[in-house]
Amino acid sequence: MKAAPFEYARAASLSEVCALLATHGDGAKLLAGGQSLVPMMAMRLVRPAWLVDINEIPELKFIAVEKDVVRTGACARQCVVERDDTIAARVPLLRQALAWVGHVQTRNRGTIGGSLAHADPCAELPLVAQVLGARMLLRSGSGTRTLEAEKFFSGPMATSARSDECLEEIHWPAWSWRRTGSAFTEISVRHGDFAMVAAAAQIAVDGDGRCVRAAFGLGGAGGTPIAFPKIAARLVGTRLDGAVVDDAAHAAATETEPGSDLHASAEYRRHLAGVLAARALCEARERARSR
Amino acid sequence: MSGTLHKISIEVNGKLRNAQVPARLSLVDWLREDLCLTGTHIGCEHGVCGACSVMLDGEPVRSCLMYAVQGHGHRVTTVEGLAKPDGSMSVLQDSFCETHGLQCGYCTPGMLIASQGLLNTNPNPTEAQIRDAIGGNLCRCTGYQQIVEAVQLAAERKAKEAK
Repeated sequence: MKAAPFEYARAASLSEVCALLATHGDGAKLLAGGQSLVPMMAMRLVRPAWLVDINEIPELKFIAVEKDVVRTGACARQCVVERDDTIAARVPLLRQALAWVGHVQTRNRGTIGGSLAHADPCAELPLVAQVLGARMLLRSGSGTRTLEAEKFFSGPMATSARSDECLEEIHWPAWSWRRTGSAFTEISVRHGDFAMVAAAAQIAVDGDGRCVRAAFGLGGAGGTPIAFPKIAARLVGTRLDGAVVDDAAHAAATETEPGSDLHASAEYRRHLAGVLAARALCEARERARSR
Repeated sequence: MSGTLHKISIEVNGKLRNAQVPARLSLVDWLREDLCLTGTHIGCEHGVCGACSVMLDGEPVRSCLMYAVQGHGHRVTTVEGLAKPDGSMSVLQDSFCETHGLQCGYCTPGMLIASQGLLNTNPNPTEAQIRDAIGGNLCRCTGYQQIVEAVQLAAERKAKEAK
């Protein structure tokens, strides 16, 4: 269980990262927190010829809380984002989701961008990105481009980032309604394990408790985490009573195509998808109403 | 095969250690094999069991999920570094003995690092907070109860000391 030999470069700046990626291309992997990549290398599931370490680049670690958006550098540590009260106030779903990500020791080292770039379909942060419509800023030697989460995640453990591109920062939209609530929930064999199915929801209500905006999604129920904007749009204008929420959750679960494995059958996962989506929506609704 | 050696300079338990290491050498292997700090245990080598936990710049991390070369310029504390300067056991270590917070001892260095990490930032944790802090560490002997009690006892003792 030791990694195969590789060449190592500690990049000091983003331009150095781009130069290294341009030179080594497909043979190089970016090393951020290493909480997924290093175990995969130990198990020899991946054998990159080069590792480009991006842990010592200050410009990738920033956090900026603005009016409509929280911006995080790709290498911001999960624990730093989790503890940040200003982020929790603007995009509460991030802290709620991070509580489910691994354990204290892995969140102390793991990064926001690393989790997104790894693109595990069961992982929490990619689901939050899908639900909120986060935007990924990608940098290469030939410039930058921005991808919506929906375009960024292309399949299980796969993204649309090219091999010469580095995820630079992530924009997490903040909703402006005062009465906004969100929730994250999942079922896993043990807390901290990969989710069998995960659900995230965010709801905004007006003074009468009527839904003005809704977003929700499911992880572990397909090749990528999925958001359901069309079903969520149907919730707008309703009072989000139990039957309306159950209908939406059921409609979403019906659209999923989960796989079967040792831990759970596809049928059970689809069942969980409906139950957890309803739970997340109800919890988000209660939080929105109580504000 | 990459034979490239990388110069590193890491503060381990308060002492600056310089070395030349291949990139694939994990931090835990460097600590154990090269520095002979065998208090840190290797369990699963892929980030699941928590036995190899050490503090990196004061925060618990898994030393099997870092390459030694990545520690360059940072500060590492192993379980050896938790003891008092005269080598006697810390309050937390002694509390583990007191409550029988270990049997085979394999998970103990990781448990000590994880719970010391908690106590450093939260000197009076609830039981739920203790269980969350050691949630990434597997113990196959104790059923965790006595470990939780050890951390509670250490917190009480520290609070008394402070009075």
